[in-house]
Amino acid sequence: MKLHEFQAKERFRAHGLPTPRGIVAYDADGVRAAYAELGSELAVVKAQIHAGGRGKAGGVKLVRSADEAAEAAEGMLGKPLITIQNGPDGTMVRKVLVEEGLPIAKEYYAAITLDRRLEVPVLMVSAEGGMDIEEVAESNPEAILREPIDPVRGLPDFRARRAVYGLGVPKAQARAFAAALRGLAQAFLADDASLMEVNPLVTTTDDRVICLDGKMTIDDSALMRHKDLLAMRDEDEEDATEVRARKAGLSYVNLDGNIGCLVNGAGLAMATMDIIKLHGGEPSNFLDVGGSASTEQVTTAFKIILEDPAVKGILVNIFGGIMRCDVVAQGVVDATKALGLECPLVVRLHGTNMEQGREILANSGLSITAAVDMRDAATKIVEAVS
Amino acid sequence: MSILVGKETRLITQGITGEYGRLHTLACREYGTNIVGGVTPGRGGSDVEGIPVYDTVSEAREKTGANATMIFVPAAFAADAVEEAADAGLELIVCITEGIPALDEARMKRLVTAAGVRMIGPNCPGIISPGEQCKVGIMPGFIHAPGKIGVVSRSGTLTYEAVWQLTELGLGQSTCIGIGGDPVIGTTHIDALKLFQEDDGTDAILMMGEIGGTAEEEASQFVKDHVTKPVVGFVAGRTAPPGKRMGHAGAIIAGGKGTAIEKMEAMRAAGIAVAESPADLGSTMAEALAARA
Repeated sequence: MKLHEFQAKERFRAHGLPTPRGIVAYDADGVRAAYAELGSELAVVKAQIHAGGRGKAGGVKLVRSADEAAEAAEGMLGKPLITIQNGPDGTMVRKVLVEEGLPIAKEYYAAITLDRRLEVPVLMVSAEGGMDIEEVAESNPEAILREPIDPVRGLPDFRARRAVYGLGVPKAQARAFAAALRGLAQAFLADDASLMEVNPLVTTTDDRVICLDGKMTIDDSALMRHKDLLAMRDEDEEDATEVRARKAGLSYVNLDGNIGCLVNGAGLAMATMDIIKLHGGEPSNFLDVGGSASTEQVTTAFKIILEDPAVKGILVNIFGGIMRCDVVAQGVVDATKALGLECPLVVRLHGTNMEQGREILANSGLSITAAVDMRDAATKIVEAVS
Repeated sequence: MSILVGKETRLITQGITGEYGRLHTLACREYGTNIVGGVTPGRGGSDVEGIPVYDTVSEAREKTGANATMIFVPAAFAADAVEEAADAGLELIVCITEGIPALDEARMKRLVTAAGVRMIGPNCPGIISPGEQCKVGIMPGFIHAPGKIGVVSRSGTLTYEAVWQLTELGLGQSTCIGIGGDPVIGTTHIDALKLFQEDDGTDAILMMGEIGGTAEEEASQFVKDHVTKPVVGFVAGRTAPPGKRMGHAGAIIAGGKGTAIEKMEAMRAAGIAVAESPADLGSTMAEALAARA
């Protein structure tokens, strides 16, 4: 689950990390009031959307008066902001963060993510802050220093020091800098983050170290023990269909094609998309109904697939283990009747109770095409939609 | 012959009184697995269809001589269950539970590594050795057949698909391991490859991966350097878009890395026969075996 910048900074402050003073506003009047309350001539107005790349897209503006602040906010609020990360349509800006400006001495980069090879979180820092870190990683990988984080104790002091010396942070700022790095690691562990990025992490001319930006993603599996963070979810920023799927216990990702897929298991669901493509078709989605889908879940899954107007046919591919094929077949029949499904439907059932499942489909009176295996299923659905 | 589980396995189930724990424990027993007990705190002294239930893993081990455990406890308590099993001195932990926080998994991994305990999973279907009638997990037993193919995979149902294709072609399995789809797992592809290479009962290996991370690339290098048996590979997710989690927590193409195409190239470069289509998992193995014969 992604957090907004202002939410990430709230979490940073809760863990003792310094951020600029800032106020969230939803309209021009709110922005004027925020500017006045901050009392800093130089201020920044920042669009709050989940996508990165806001700066280059015009979503971050330096201002020097309440009028300028209001004008900058009016240029963002209620309009889509299109960045390199959020596709051709962009994301509607519904709120802005107004922050005090700071006398910046130097910009650094800091991030933490789980390193799958080391199997622990890793701190990554670079003296080339503010830049696109993926570009730095590509062109100058030695410029990124990496220090593993102990998943129980956090970032050991010596590792924090080593990062600070490696970055060449001036002596007067070194202690505060090391403390900030340790604080970031602590926040990452305490909040069960899967990604944290501070770009830039700045030093000021009066030797403070401040998280000027903040990006944070919380591990979805850990939300069960973070009710406070769960309350920060902003469904406006998420794909509406994916939100509904999640609430129904389904795992769904929308794609560009026209063949809907309903599969049990993530690996088999991906393989089903792959085989559709190999046979010349284009999948319209990834959908995993999980290990024990009910009739209601199958119905919801069909509804979600059919919401995509591009869908011209549906392929159901079930390998029953825990899930019984007769239960799935009944779900498919019920859903097809309830929804008055008109597009071609190819169903492949295998595994536990497959004979009973196939019988239910055959006796349903519906025009469901049965397939014997994955190749047969892919061939039939691609033919049906072309 | 087989790896990790077989006739000598004496299994307990942690979370045996829950719906899934009970269902699958009984299915394992029916398949032939030697189930010696179960653990649910607070239910000690009761039984599940004749299987004795204990309050703690250490008590279960003492009373039954168990050497392996299958974990079904909910995600929030799974890390604790793993630690309890390792502390009690069990040799093999098969963690079926899905949805465990990644940092808990990192802590679990450290703990079992330090204790020298083998863990399979989490978020996996488990492990089965058909020739020894030993099933420790949630896979449907009847699709398997005794034989000499070792299977290792990050998926659940896709593994069943592969196993069924093998069985249909008369290619039985020595052991099939589902290692799980999460970013941090106990037993890796490389661990399984090493065990299969050393196992006299295994003639060839089917290795199935999916997008995300670099485990398949590292495993391919290992095959190139250390595996002399034929290896067939498959990678799910060549049509997956970047930046989207595809069901499994570990199945995500991040920063342009971890694509199926890269992984398949690494496999080919290591001399692995790659099945292009998931419909050809069995036939690619049959061809690889014929080429060696």
